[in-house]
Amino acid sequence: MAQVIVVTSGKGGVGKTTTSAAFATGLAQSGKKTVVIDFDVGLRNLDLIMGVERRVVFDIVNVIQGEARLNQALIRDKRVDTLSILPASQTRDKDALTKEGVSEIIEELSKDHDYIVCDSPAGIEKGALLALYFADQAVVVTNPEVSSVRDSDRILGVLQSKSKRAEEKRDKVKEHLLVTRYDPNRVERGEMLKLEDIREILAIPLLGVIPENESVLRASNTGMPVILDAESVAGQAYKDAVGRFMGQELPHRFLEPDRKPGLLRRLFGGRAA
Amino acid sequence: MSWLDFFRANRKAEPDSATQAKERLQIVLAHERIGRTREDFLPRLQQDLVAVVARYVAIDPGKVNVALDRGGDISTLAIEIELPGAKSGASAAPAAANG
Repeated sequence: MAQVIVVTSGKGGVGKTTTSAAFATGLAQSGKKTVVIDFDVGLRNLDLIMGVERRVVFDIVNVIQGEARLNQALIRDKRVDTLSILPASQTRDKDALTKEGVSEIIEELSKDHDYIVCDSPAGIEKGALLALYFADQAVVVTNPEVSSVRDSDRILGVLQSKSKRAEEKRDKVKEHLLVTRYDPNRVERGEMLKLEDIREILAIPLLGVIPENESVLRASNTGMPVILDAESVAGQAYKDAVGRFMGQELPHRFLEPDRKPGLLRRLFGGRAA
Repeated sequence: MSWLDFFRANRKAEPDSATQAKERLQIVLAHERIGRTREDFLPRLQQDLVAVVARYVAIDPGKVNVALDRGGDISTLAIEIELPGAKSGASAAPAAANG
C-alpha cells in the first residue's frame, strides 16, 4: 500500500508546487517508487516545474472520464527512473474531478507505488478538498507571513474534519510543517516572523525550513526540481526535509543570518562578525 | 553598539513588525479555532434573545442589531433591540437594550 501525501497550504503562491516537485523527486531518488499528481485542474503548473510540459498527452481528467488509461497519462521522469507525473487538465474546470474518479486512480496507483504525492491547488474548494481527502500525511507549506500562517491553520482544521481519515474516524492525518521562503536576515531585523513563533502558533511537528534562495527561481526557469540542484541551499534543505520524512534525524540548517558584515556596518561598528 | 543606535533609542519604542504579526495572529486564530469546533452561535443567540424580548414587547425582528468586537483579553457583544413606541405606528424614540 502506498502512502498518500498531500502538499497543501490554503494560500496560493507559497511554494506548494515547488515543494511537491522537490519532495516527490527526493522520495524517488531514495529508490521509492513515487508518483506526483497535479490537482490544480484548469491551472496546471506541476508539468512546467517538473520540466515535462512538452510531453503531456493525457491528464487526470481524461483518465477519470475514461478517455485514456492511467498508464497512458503517467509521464515517466527522465532524470529519476522511479518517478512519474500525472498532470492536471488545463482546459477543463475543477468540477471534472470527482471523488470516485480520484479514488479509483489512487487505488490503482497504490498497487505499484510507495508514495503518491498530491499537489493541492490553493483555496479550500473542490480541487483542494479532493487533493487532501485521501491523504495519510500532509505537508503544510507555510511562509513566514500572517496570511499564510492563518491559511495554514485553516487548512489544518480542514484536514482534521474533511479528510477520509477524519470521516472514517481513523488515526488522523499525520501533519508536517514546512516553512518556505525563510529569510534569517529579515528575521534578525525583526521584519519577519521567527521560526519559533510559527511553530508555536501552528503547533505541528517541523519537517524543514527552506530558505529564500535564488536557486528556486532558477530551477523553475529550467524545469528542474530544485532538489536536483545539490549545491544550492534550497536543494539541500529539501533533501534534509525528505530525509527527516523518511525517519532520519538531521539538524535544521540555514537558520542563521549571514555573518558577512556590510561595508557600512564595518565602518560604523555594529554586531561582531 | 553602533552610534546609530543612539538615534534609534530616541524613537518611541514600538514592537517590531514581526512581533506585531505574531500577536495579531495569536488573537485572530484563537477566535477562528473556536468557531471551527462550534458552529457560529451568534445567529441562534440573536434568535433566542429576540424571542425572549418578544414575549414581553412586540418588536420588529428586522430592528435587531448585533455587534461583536473580538479582542485578545476580552470580547464584547452588543445587542441592540429597537422597541416600538407606546402608540403603535407613532414615531417613537427607539429604546436600546445593550448587553
